[in-house]
Amino acid sequence: MSDLTRLTLAEARDGLKKKTFSATELTEAHIKAIEAANPALNVYVLPTPDHALAQAKASDARRAKGEARPLEGLPLGNKDLFCTEGIRTTACSKILDDFKPTYESTVGANLWNAGAVMLGKLNNDEFAMGSSNETSAFGPVVSPWRRKGRDDKLVPGGSSGGSSAAVAAGLCLAATATDTGGSIRQPAALTGTVGIKPTYGRCSRWGIVAFASSLDQAGPIAKTVRDAAIMLGSMAGHDPKDTTSVDAPVPDYEAALAEGVKGLRVGVPKEYRVEGMSKEIEDLWASGIAWLKAAGATIHEISLPHTKYALPAYYIVAPAEASSNLARYDGVRYGLRVPGKDVIDTYENTRAAGFGKEVRRRILIGTYVLSAGYYDAYYLKAQKVRTLIKRDFDEAWGVVDVVLTPTTPSPAFAFGEKSGDPLAMYLEDIFTVTVNMAGLPGISVPAGLSSEGTPLGLQLIGKPFDEATLFRAAQAIEDAAGRFTVEARWWARKGASAPAAASKPAPAKKAAARKKPGGK
Amino acid sequence: MQVDESTVRRIARLARIKITDEEAKSLEGELSGILNWVEQLGEVDTSSVPPMTRVVAQELKKREDRVTDGGIADAIVKNAPVVDDHYFVVPKVVE
Repeated sequence: MSDLTRLTLAEARDGLKKKTFSATELTEAHIKAIEAANPALNVYVLPTPDHALAQAKASDARRAKGEARPLEGLPLGNKDLFCTEGIRTTACSKILDDFKPTYESTVGANLWNAGAVMLGKLNNDEFAMGSSNETSAFGPVVSPWRRKGRDDKLVPGGSSGGSSAAVAAGLCLAATATDTGGSIRQPAALTGTVGIKPTYGRCSRWGIVAFASSLDQAGPIAKTVRDAAIMLGSMAGHDPKDTTSVDAPVPDYEAALAEGVKGLRVGVPKEYRVEGMSKEIEDLWASGIAWLKAAGATIHEISLPHTKYALPAYYIVAPAEASSNLARYDGVRYGLRVPGKDVIDTYENTRAAGFGKEVRRRILIGTYVLSAGYYDAYYLKAQKVRTLIKRDFDEAWGVVDVVLTPTTPSPAFAFGEKSGDPLAMYLEDIFTVTVNMAGLPGISVPAGLSSEGTPLGLQLIGKPFDEATLFRAAQAIEDAAGRFTVEARWWARKGASAPAAASKPAPAKKAAARKKPGGK
Repeated sequence: MQVDESTVRRIARLARIKITDEEAKSLEGELSGILNWVEQLGEVDTSSVPPMTRVVAQELKKREDRVTDGGIADAIVKNAPVVDDHYFVVPKVVE
């Protein structure tokens, strides 16, 4: 049997349908791969192999009865921000300690009800605050990607760094993720995977550890555009338990892929041509424009004049909402408690010991901007700027259907390269954060390799609830650019891995770390 | 906006996070840096702009006023660090 962990979600779905392999075999292959990889990559903070095998067996039984559901038997990773019933959920913070939720997130429940299998909980930046996965209380995730001829450890992006690395390394078929300022799209771009942040309200936030409630959205990270479309189709939907979740039908995203981009109006915002943008990012963007044009789309230069203010406004709004959301971690109802001389002292000790440096920094910024006398100058001002950012897009939708930009200003960086300077790290989100501020859907699709041999992504931004168009346009880019996968699985611990013959890349289809034609 | 050490301490107190002297010093610089950087929003004229209240136009959902949940006291205290029966236990608050 070929290496099942190299299959895409769609290919695995077909294999299960044709009974080429069972859900149990597919799950076992992934469990083995995780055992071999986790010591080196630190992708899963809690593998759940027994849980996965039980789900897989039940899934095989269900298929045998002819009752297969859309994701029947497909093993996924679940970001540790999603509450899992009876299974430890920490948001990768010490403050949640051994928290075992008594409920399942709605998005998680939607996936398991669609037949999916959970392989475990994936690493992320603590409370999703970070762009490199270096702030996790469980330690950083190592990207499966390396620079050409070098072996320094690269970051997989963040905050969904466990999700992006797991998908890129074949340690799940696809993964859940969340995005508050770029936490799905930036890690997807840095690992050669596809990540979509849907429109605010498309997926329920219920049961997901809150960071900044007006910005947070769940979405998938997957190996291909089709896989992301399949995943979102099951994750999305109305949930009465989240008042901001939208009661609107979920289109068939996978079916939309076949529609192509003929006549699609693509906007290219001049404000994204930021100072100091590297030549390779500019070239990548130009390629994206050329590919969409060749596929029948029309290109229009547009202006989004308030773009440069999105990031500073974000670093008021997000910490403000975080400081209020994270007030709940007080050592009383769940998680860590560090006793003090009185109740206030207990709160202060608990929160000092439980929160990591970046989380503390953001809570303090948020507390400051919301404090008496500063609310109008900071928070209110930022929310007004946010209105202007959204208006920029509202105007753009009069002339274009999607907007094309780079996802990140640079390729993956090495450990420690940016973690000393909070502002340098915040700039990672410069192209992604506007989308959250305006509540729009955005997808990152792999589009090329940097001069260092590491992946780069392009971002497509869409109208509210028009994820289907994003998938169509992303498919056109994937068809032209091909897929980018890691060739040598250098991280696999010997003896625990699949047989050597199986892990060798098969010709063409599984060859990687180089461009290959996409499409069928 | 330059944040001084006493402001850092006041904010940390409001946020209920204990900080060491050393941390107060380094936070002084970090918070000032971030706040100086967001000052650029002052360039934008927002005098006639309403603040964003929701990104997606949507009517506030209403539901029938009836109990849909409850009777799960065990589940609610399940993860608490210190529990007595169905009560969360905290250090003495009232003298």
